[in-house]
Amino acid sequence: MTGAPAGGSRHLLSVADLGAEGIEEVMRVADAFVEVGRRPIPKVPALRGRTVVTMFAEESTRTRLSFETAARRLSADVVSFQVASSSVKKGESLRDTAETVAAMGADAFVVRHPSAGAPAQVARWVDAAVVNAGDGWHEHPTQALLDCYTIRQVLAERAGGAPSIDCFRGLRVAIVGDVRHSRVARSGVLALAALGASVTLVAPGTLVPSSLEGWPIAGVAHDLDGVLDSIDVCYLLRLQLERGAGAFVPSLREYTAAYGLTARRAARLAEGALVMHPGPMNRGVEIADEVADWPRSVVLRQVANGIAVRMAVLFLLLGHGAGSDPAALMADAAAESADAVDERPGDRR
Amino acid sequence: MAERERRLTPPRGGVFVPRVQVLSAEDVHRALIRIAHEIVERNHGLEDVVIVGLQTGGVPLAHRIGHVLEEVESTSVAVGMLDVAFYRDDIGIRPVLPEAVTDIPGDLAGQLVVLVDDVLFTGRTVRAALNALADYGRARAVQLAVMVDRGHRELPIRPDYVGKNIPTRIDEQVDVSLDGVVLGDVVPR
Repeated sequence: MTGAPAGGSRHLLSVADLGAEGIEEVMRVADAFVEVGRRPIPKVPALRGRTVVTMFAEESTRTRLSFETAARRLSADVVSFQVASSSVKKGESLRDTAETVAAMGADAFVVRHPSAGAPAQVARWVDAAVVNAGDGWHEHPTQALLDCYTIRQVLAERAGGAPSIDCFRGLRVAIVGDVRHSRVARSGVLALAALGASVTLVAPGTLVPSSLEGWPIAGVAHDLDGVLDSIDVCYLLRLQLERGAGAFVPSLREYTAAYGLTARRAARLAEGALVMHPGPMNRGVEIADEVADWPRSVVLRQVANGIAVRMAVLFLLLGHGAGSDPAALMADAAAESADAVDERPGDRR
Repeated sequence: MAERERRLTPPRGGVFVPRVQVLSAEDVHRALIRIAHEIVERNHGLEDVVIVGLQTGGVPLAHRIGHVLEEVESTSVAVGMLDVAFYRDDIGIRPVLPEAVTDIPGDLAGQLVVLVDDVLFTGRTVRAALNALADYGRARAVQLAVMVDRGHRELPIRPDYVGKNIPTRIDEQVDVSLDGVVLGDVVPR
């Protein structure tokens, strides 16, 4: 029980840092925050006096709003920093920006950047917790966490039991579409596989990453129709038209014809299969209008859960104390466990 | 036992070593019956009374009190549970994690809330619970029932109903469950 999601790390840069145990911890804490969200006053004083900076060098509505709402519901102060992508040429200027904001006092940075690895760089420069909110084609860990959380929640409701990560054992997930340009796919695969799910990538050859080395997947399929009736979760990715994905398919209509979840395809899904999408949806491209609004589609739930999951991540990262060094904390704890009883009677009852 | 062990131990390890049993399971049961009667007596019935157990030690006690109350007064009593992790004043000092989900039955405005916990020690948990309760509406009054009052208060908080007063050393541990009350020590792993 480290209290930090990354097994003692104070950053969340990749879901790979978490492992199954860390992911489970985030989910357990998120359960408590889902309850907070249902209260008349959906706010707790947990992070009072802490400052969370959102630094977004790329367009985003839901992720940014979700993080800011999460921070506010924890009573943290939120500083929103819009990095004009034109002025940030990587390296020095990003560093200057980060260090400047850090100097004003920040306990956590939530970073989105078009370059893979930018959040990891920021983590090296500033003395604060850093959360990767999406970096290039690399990772988007909180999206994967909230997706897994949503699956666990829906399956628990159906089973009528307590939520458990055991529901991922053998769960068959198809991640469909633009895997090549998708940080969501990478984080999703890592998280789902860590939890024991069997993930199949379904995409045209042009939209599969050139190397799948190290991807813990069950396989790659180029035929959506072939997998439809043997999956429990159909996870559709957004065709990233702004990243030039349009050039990787003959035409949007052809893409939809082969890989879009049309109403006809959706009807062939196994009964109870979940339809998920990280948003924003290209309605009529990767997902048909009527399928998006289907009862089995949990897209809006994903958004709602995003707040609770991000609250959990922020709480776990900042709950230790601002600027505490994880290594020192571990050493402290080891030395302290001997006399903790005398030192901090208020800790226990 | 694993769950209790975790709750009782300091961060990152330590084992609870029992030394002496202070109350038996029957003693705990009798104390809960007495507390239930005192609740009825003090409040002239059970109108608007909500029992709220503090996670995790207070929850089984709260349910037991709820059952007894229903038998005694032949009426149903709302029982909820509250986890105070997000209201603690030691967030940032040590790892604080919610142990379980909060479940408060409805709006507490105008209700009489009886908080139930296993051990009253420094009073900081109860302080956090009072703040948490306020977010569920303005209760008419809040009363506090504990199985064991072990002293060493750090805040001006006193219980309304006590199972047993047990003077303790500050470094002792008190383990309360429906199976009894045990004094012991936490020994590093």
